Amino acid sequence: MNKLTQSLPSIGVLSLLLAAWWIAVAWSGSVIFPTPWQVVTGTAELIRNGTLWLHISSSLLRVAAGFGLAVALALPLGLWMGWVNGAYLTLNPLFQILRPISPIAWIPIAILWFGVGNASPVFLIFISSVFPMIVQTVAGVHTIEKRYLRAAENFGVSRYTLFRQVVIPAVLPQIVVGMRIGLGVAWLVVVAAEMIALRSGLGYLIMDSRNAGNRYDLVIAGMIIIGLIGLLLDGGMRLLEGHRLVRWRYAH
Amino acid sequence: MHTNGSARAKIDVRNVRKAFASEKVSLPVVDGVDLQVADGEFVALIGPSGCGKTTLMNLIAGFLQPDDGAVFIDGIERRKPSSQGILISQQGSIFPWLTVQENLMFGLNGHAHTDKTGIADHYASIVGLKGFETSYPHQLSGGMLKRAELARALVVKPEILYMDEPFSALDALMGLRIRNELLRILAEERHTVLMITHDVEEAIHLADRILVLSPRPTRVQAVFDVPFAHPRRLTSPEAQELRVAVLRQLGVDA
Ligand SMILES: Nc1ncnc2c1ncn2[C@@H]1O[C@H](COP(=O)(O)OP(=O)(O)OP(=O)(O)O)[C@@H](O)[C@H]1O
Ligand SMILES: [Mg+2]
Repeated sequence: MNKLTQSLPSIGVLSLLLAAWWIAVAWSGSVIFPTPWQVVTGTAELIRNGTLWLHISSSLLRVAAGFGLAVALALPLGLWMGWVNGAYLTLNPLFQILRPISPIAWIPIAILWFGVGNASPVFLIFISSVFPMIVQTVAGVHTIEKRYLRAAENFGVSRYTLFRQVVIPAVLPQIVVGMRIGLGVAWLVVVAAEMIALRSGLGYLIMDSRNAGNRYDLVIAGMIIIGLIGLLLDGGMRLLEGHRLVRWRYAH
Repeated sequence: MHTNGSARAKIDVRNVRKAFASEKVSLPVVDGVDLQVADGEFVALIGPSGCGKTTLMNLIAGFLQPDDGAVFIDGIERRKPSSQGILISQQGSIFPWLTVQENLMFGLNGHAHTDKTGIADHYASIVGLKGFETSYPHQLSGGMLKRAELARALVVKPEILYMDEPFSALDALMGLRIRNELLRILAEERHTVLMITHDVEEAIHLADRILVLSPRPTRVQAVFDVPFAHPRRLTSPEAQELRVAVLRQLGVDA
């Protein structure tokens, strides 16, 4: 009930935008730019011939591979760099230089190294999501309050216990934030990566629809689906933020 | 008055000095402190704010190294912290990401106890936290957090308890209640205790001896024995007399 009244204004804005779009297309008499209804029928066509699922699952699989690899590298590396100051001083300058390079700038190198198959987009997703996650994890370790480390030291526990019961749980909320940022970037990048020379994926769907006969109804359908899936992915990461293991961080 | 010369003091602090260096200036904080604490003794440290009490306690517990002098525990020079002496810090250090029970079991990691949860729950009930074992620290009140911290220290049966203003954030009634609980626990399990406090009444309530520290750089300025048997009546004329004497040393006329 309350949730419904809360979302009423945004539903109103969305409806207004849809109406404006429809009226604008009708008045201008454009033959290329589609009406909302044409987008709906275009989407239905994609669902009927089965290509929509193919494109969605291809994109998601690439994100899963690139993002998974990035998590597998960023978390241990970030913990190590956060804990061992020598590692931080050695590697941090390198990452600070690599981090601001747009993933798009890596496309020529990706093609050179990995060709035009699946490996290129996976590499681009990896490259774009690994740095924010490393940075967040390192920052997480660096901001552990000293009083907790001292208490752990006082009890004389093993290194293993120190990491398992103090360092990792203390950093976990920051890691989750980093993963949320990383996954968001990964989803942005997969679409861009698929626009080059691939035969599947939502990015390919958009480029192909334009190139093969100006099907702008499918272009916009692809864009909307990308937005909705991105929203779902972010919602999933938000669920992680409510997990028992990180909730203490937000409980004040 | 100074009970000196006991060859086997539990804690023996000899001429300890410490200064903090900051941008060319050196701030002397601890200026040649000598003190001894006997096994099983309860000593209260009292002194003006910022005089160096926390610094002194960190030096004794091994978290800081003295510039000069040395700290001996059982006759052996102390260089780093150990679970033989647990420090309850001024800001509190209960891990917010662990439950009360997990916090209490923390110090038992690596020990060969078969029933860690049993031990943890025993101490939880001793400090009145029965029923909160699975709660997270953010679900507890300030007084409960302090009690959890005390219980976490007691679980490892430390020979020495270092307490830095453990009850100062609590209201008077809760402070009194925890002090009585602490006395009951100490009657059962003998710990040597070094406690920092701002509160003269608290010191008279709990301690066997009160050391008054001077303003920074701090030294031991005066020593008072508290010869009253437990349970103590803080309203007795002798206790009031002692209170006035301690306050006078602190530069307050009561
Ligand atoms: N790590 C540090 N670096 C520099 N100066 C410090 C450091 N720790 C403490 N000091 C300084 O040493 C002095 C004594 O600090 P300390 O915390 O020991 O005082 P305290 O007696 O415990 O005070 P309070 O009763 O307010 O807790 C203060 O002037 C403080 O600014
Ligand atoms: Mg202090």
